[in-house]
Amino acid sequence: MSALLEVSGVSVTFDGFRAINNLSIAIGEPELRAIIGPNGAGKTTFMDIVTGKTRPDTGRVTWGERSLSLLGLSESAIAREGIGRKFQKPTVFEAQTVRDNLRMALKNRRAPLDVLVWRERTDDTARIEEIAAEIGLSAHLPRIAGELSHGQKQWLEIGMLLAQEPRLLLVDEPAAGMTPAERAHTTDLLKRAARTRAVVVVEHDMEFVRRLGCKVTVLHEGAVLAEGSIDHVAANRDVIDVYLGR
Amino acid sequence: MTATVTAPAGAPPRRSLIAQNPSILWFLAILATFCFGVTFLAEATGTGAISTSMVKTLGKTLCLCLVALAMDVVWGYCGILSLGHMAFFGLGGYAIGMWLMYARTEIIVAQSLAEATLPPTEAEIRDGIATQIFGVVGGNEFPAVWAFAHSLPAQLAMVVLVPGLLALVFGWLAFRSRVTGVYLSILTQAMTLALSLYLFQNDSGLRGNNGLSGLQNIPGLESLGQDVISIAFFWASALALALGYLLFAWIVSGKMGSVIRAIRDDEARVRFLGYHVESFKLVVFTLTAIVSGIAGALYYPQAGIINPAELAPIASIYLAVWVAIGGRGRLYGAVIGAALVSLLSSWFTGGGAPDVDLGVYTVQWTDWWLVLLGVSFVLVTLFAPKGLGGLVDLIAERRAPQRVGDYGPDKSALRREEGPPQGGEE
Ligand SMILES: Nc1ncnc2c1ncn2[C@@H]1O[C@H](COP(=O)(O)OP(=O)(O)OP(=O)(O)O)[C@@H](O)[C@H]1O
Ligand SMILES: [Mg+2]
Repeated sequence: MSALLEVSGVSVTFDGFRAINNLSIAIGEPELRAIIGPNGAGKTTFMDIVTGKTRPDTGRVTWGERSLSLLGLSESAIAREGIGRKFQKPTVFEAQTVRDNLRMALKNRRAPLDVLVWRERTDDTARIEEIAAEIGLSAHLPRIAGELSHGQKQWLEIGMLLAQEPRLLLVDEPAAGMTPAERAHTTDLLKRAARTRAVVVVEHDMEFVRRLGCKVTVLHEGAVLAEGSIDHVAANRDVIDVYLGR
Repeated sequence: MTATVTAPAGAPPRRSLIAQNPSILWFLAILATFCFGVTFLAEATGTGAISTSMVKTLGKTLCLCLVALAMDVVWGYCGILSLGHMAFFGLGGYAIGMWLMYARTEIIVAQSLAEATLPPTEAEIRDGIATQIFGVVGGNEFPAVWAFAHSLPAQLAMVVLVPGLLALVFGWLAFRSRVTGVYLSILTQAMTLALSLYLFQNDSGLRGNNGLSGLQNIPGLESLGQDVISIAFFWASALALALGYLLFAWIVSGKMGSVIRAIRDDEARVRFLGYHVESFKLVVFTLTAIVSGIAGALYYPQAGIINPAELAPIASIYLAVWVAIGGRGRLYGAVIGAALVSLLSSWFTGGGAPDVDLGVYTVQWTDWWLVLLGVSFVLVTLFAPKGLGGLVDLIAERRAPQRVGDYGPDKSALRREEGPPQGGEE
């Protein structure tokens, strides 16, 4: 399995504070990977770097078969390369309907002229409805997204992520604010997505991570502390010290 | 949560432009009624109850409505508070004004030289025109910017190209560096101020503070009176406004409208969906600048004169005030705001409004109108952020049509009333 995403030797400093410290992570395709770590470990910053929001001071981030460097690309170009992202705090377009939100995310050409002349075809509609069913929002398609509950917004954002059909999904704390049943459903959904794609999930909830049943990377102070199965890392002395034993 | 709810059967995936924007039919019907009414009452074509100068005022108002529409799209929908769109309006006016002035002066010069014994040469006519036009600024030859002034098609192209290219270059520089919010507004003010100051100079080639005048006289149509010309321009302005409304309604509906409003609400998030935000802003900025230029090209022949004061920063600020009062984020709001405030403004400042005698102090509206406008602006911003257009919601709410396209800037109360769709609550 060759790596789809390869982050190597990356460091980021915010006003003298080293948030990411010589971090190296490789993600294959398909793969499901969980990233855990205490608050401020640099999990979100890692996603910021991959998606072009934050430029690292040093290091390389390469992507795909041709080992394309993502560092020179804009956020939108990276997204078009096939990297989708769900934010820690759910960010959907609250003034627009659920359907509009999904429609915007749908994998289609993104240039202004293409968007202007775009017309929804039957398969687009079918795809929107399929995703809506998957995220349990079928009945809410015409609703304004701002009226949804916190959990539903999380779902909508996951749905938007699926609609983009990315090769790599970066999912930041998807289960926050969800009921246990919804969490179970999220786990299923992510596992299913990871059959054909690369999925990176950041999560605090140990039970959730255990249910994902995948390789776990523990971040601490911007670097990898341990990597392996959940049982392997949970038994690691350092991990217990900095994270689990708190 | 059950994840297998079947799709609601009646969900309409594709709807016509008019179905998405019921305001289009209303708007066109009201505009047509208004136009026929004015024509019926005008001097040239009807009873004469409306004077020719009033027809011109109304025609100019239609042009202001058009530039307000453009402002609403760039600001209300796309969230770019441009305080420079009246500069594009003015440039459109200058572009057409150059031809109007050149061609008319050419006719006058040709007439006066025709009385000479020898037939005048091309060069003599051209010198004559230059002396006529630039005498006021002490010049007697054509500056380079007048190179195409003799050609109507060329100047019509300039109406589109000059504002369009300026907006393209300005927007490219500004958006590329991700200048947003207040900084962008200030930058657009600087642009219009610089343009206006430049045009004020005598050696700008556009007659300095004299501007271009006599624009109401259309070369080749001398046989027609101003009463006829005013009606023609009135209709042309109405047509432009109608087409502008359709164009912008098309742009702000559907997926383009979604993306534009998404950029307004959270442009950073839009980038992560793969949309190149800067290109979208540039398209909207440039397109609205072009429409503003066209509006200006129709306005100034009705005004008769254009000078650099028309491009002063304050003009663009007024434009934003009209749109805010009318209700941004809805096209008809911009039209209502521009029509109402500009007509009221000419009524108050033109001495139409009677002075109010308070005993100790007499309120003269020519002085106090701006205060009234400022207070109204503050009140609308504070207490009715949806503007006057928000009143339409009160009427529409009762009939509550199911709309899927054109939202205002706020989470609209209208849609909350619609409740859950056919599929029902889970
Ligand atoms: N833009 C920024 N400017 C300054 N400091 C930042 C910035 N972004 C992140 N940081 C700091 O970098 C560190 C890592 O932050 P990050 O958000 O990546 O942590 P996290 O692992 O996602 O934590 P959490 O579990 O709380 O979400 C934190 O100390 C944070 O304060
Ligand atoms: Mg985080």
